[in-house]
Amino acid sequence: MRSGSSVPAAPGHGGSRAGRYSLRTIALAYLALILVLPVAMVFYRTFENGLQPVLQALTDPMTLHALYLTVLIAAITVPLNTVFGVFCALLLVRRAFPGKSFLSVLIDVPFAVSPVVVGLSLVLVYGRTGWLGGFLAENGIRVIFAWPSMVLATIFVSLPFVVREVVPVLQEIGVEQDQAAHTLGATPWQTFRRVTLPAIRAGVTYGVILTTARALGEFGAVSIVSGKIAGQTSTLTVHVEERFQQFDLVGAYTSSLVLAVIALVIVLGMTLLRPKEAGQ
Amino acid sequence: MTISAIGITKRFGDFVALDDVSLEVAGGELTALLGPSGSGKSTLLRVIAGLERADAGEVIISGEDATGRPARDRGVGFVFQHYAAFKHMTVRENVGFGLSIRHRPKTEIAHRVEELLHLVQLEGLAERYPSQLSGGQRQRMALARALAVEPKVLLLDEPFGALDARVRKELRAWLRRLHEEMHVTTVFVTHDQEEAMEVADRIVIMNAGRIEQIGPPRELYERPGNEFVMSFLGPVNKLGDVLVRPHDVELLLEPNGASTEALIDRITYLGFEVRVELELPNGRKLWAQTTRESAAPLEPGETVHVRPRAARTFDSDGAETHAAGDSPEMLPGSDSPWWDRRVTMEVHHG
Repeated sequence: MRSGSSVPAAPGHGGSRAGRYSLRTIALAYLALILVLPVAMVFYRTFENGLQPVLQALTDPMTLHALYLTVLIAAITVPLNTVFGVFCALLLVRRAFPGKSFLSVLIDVPFAVSPVVVGLSLVLVYGRTGWLGGFLAENGIRVIFAWPSMVLATIFVSLPFVVREVVPVLQEIGVEQDQAAHTLGATPWQTFRRVTLPAIRAGVTYGVILTTARALGEFGAVSIVSGKIAGQTSTLTVHVEERFQQFDLVGAYTSSLVLAVIALVIVLGMTLLRPKEAGQ
Repeated sequence: MTISAIGITKRFGDFVALDDVSLEVAGGELTALLGPSGSGKSTLLRVIAGLERADAGEVIISGEDATGRPARDRGVGFVFQHYAAFKHMTVRENVGFGLSIRHRPKTEIAHRVEELLHLVQLEGLAERYPSQLSGGQRQRMALARALAVEPKVLLLDEPFGALDARVRKELRAWLRRLHEEMHVTTVFVTHDQEEAMEVADRIVIMNAGRIEQIGPPRELYERPGNEFVMSFLGPVNKLGDVLVRPHDVELLLEPNGASTEALIDRITYLGFEVRVELELPNGRKLWAQTTRESAAPLEPGETVHVRPRAARTFDSDGAETHAAGDSPEMLPGSDSPWWDRRVTMEVHHG
């Protein structure tokens, strides 16, 4: 530690100076190559030809509609999956019922199944010739190639995040705080609102961040069920692909940047909103 | 504010935690449920609180049938072994929780919380979070929280079990004083016989889902109803059917006609108390509890003469058949004169 002295390094700080630096170098180089460099390149390429083309791409009605649709889908998906996720986590941790392990496995299916498969399976069920789709179409409800199917696809792929973040927290806090609240006269809802929810808040927050990121960034399932109708069923990710294939690179990069910025703002916002941990 | 539990049975799968248990607790009394782990004492407390639903039986709290009521409507205060503090709330918010969910006026809550913090000696810590308190402080906070809603009965589940020995002793004495001030009907669960004897007006001894005996601490110690109660309340030497407390084993330097010879195996000094391990001619081992002064003339390897001052036998049903100093294993007792160079025994328990 002290340069040039003969004092041996304290245990736990193991290894030579060269060893430590080479480890850091490897870790940073790895991140730089696969994470920082590509993202930085998007930034660079977006603004390569100045601000004018960027503003033009941003104010393009197609881009604006894609942005609107992306935000709409996230705004429906995130609250639904948050409520469902917390409910399921409570069920999985605190109740004993037959089929519990089956439910647990079922919740993980979206992690295991490729989004493309999710998209196709939704088409099979809700498509015009599908099992439910025919009935819905007769009643004038269009699901596939319209925003409802895109919401369904997004809900499907981002389903497990809140559950998987909240379950371990619930297991850790146990049931005694809730029981204490009961004996003090709290109704189940009061107990949930004032005791359980604050205790699992950190887990829920992280689950919401992951769900939001996934909802904004989903491409595979959404692109299949949307039909990719520009200006109608095109989300930002679909829009990026479409611009890219039209050789409108600035348009593609600008939309990518918008996606990245929204995600960043959400992550930062949630981190700032997170209540200070008790006792810190 | 009385509690009656009538014919309570509770099973967890195949395990019978409570087997037709009935218990009456008089108003204002401090009762200890004492027993080994798995004896059903905590389950009984939780059934009374409504945190566990009995398979059979009734719970009546101050004259009202509470059997079907949820915990929140029973008017009980419950204190958990591991405090169950609301970690995201300050001490003030924890203590005020019960009043706050009842939508009491803010000034009333503030006033009551101050009062209770004073009672549990936590003034000045109101703005702290539970993680910034010691174990003893957390448990006192939990007690204040339970008392805030003016419960009809106070139930404590191994309240000092998670604390270190020194704090535990302090809190015991403190709980006893608190009870004398407040006179809330209190039931607490413990597996520590010393704690039960020190704090409770009345002890309920439980074993394997049943109540073995109920009585004031002294009565239980002096007149145990069966072998389990006698062995659970303090150390015993078992010589065949005969049970002798180590402090009732008298050590004599000379035979007095009523004594038996014994070889000293080992002498252990524990401060004031000294343990003398002995072997009888028939090979049976026993130990005597005596004082430092009394043990001074004794050396391991030497022979002493032992005599039970009191002994008990119970028949196979556990009922007492004999209680005297004349066990068949040892020679009958006699009134040794005080000049009989005997090693005096202090009745001392620890």
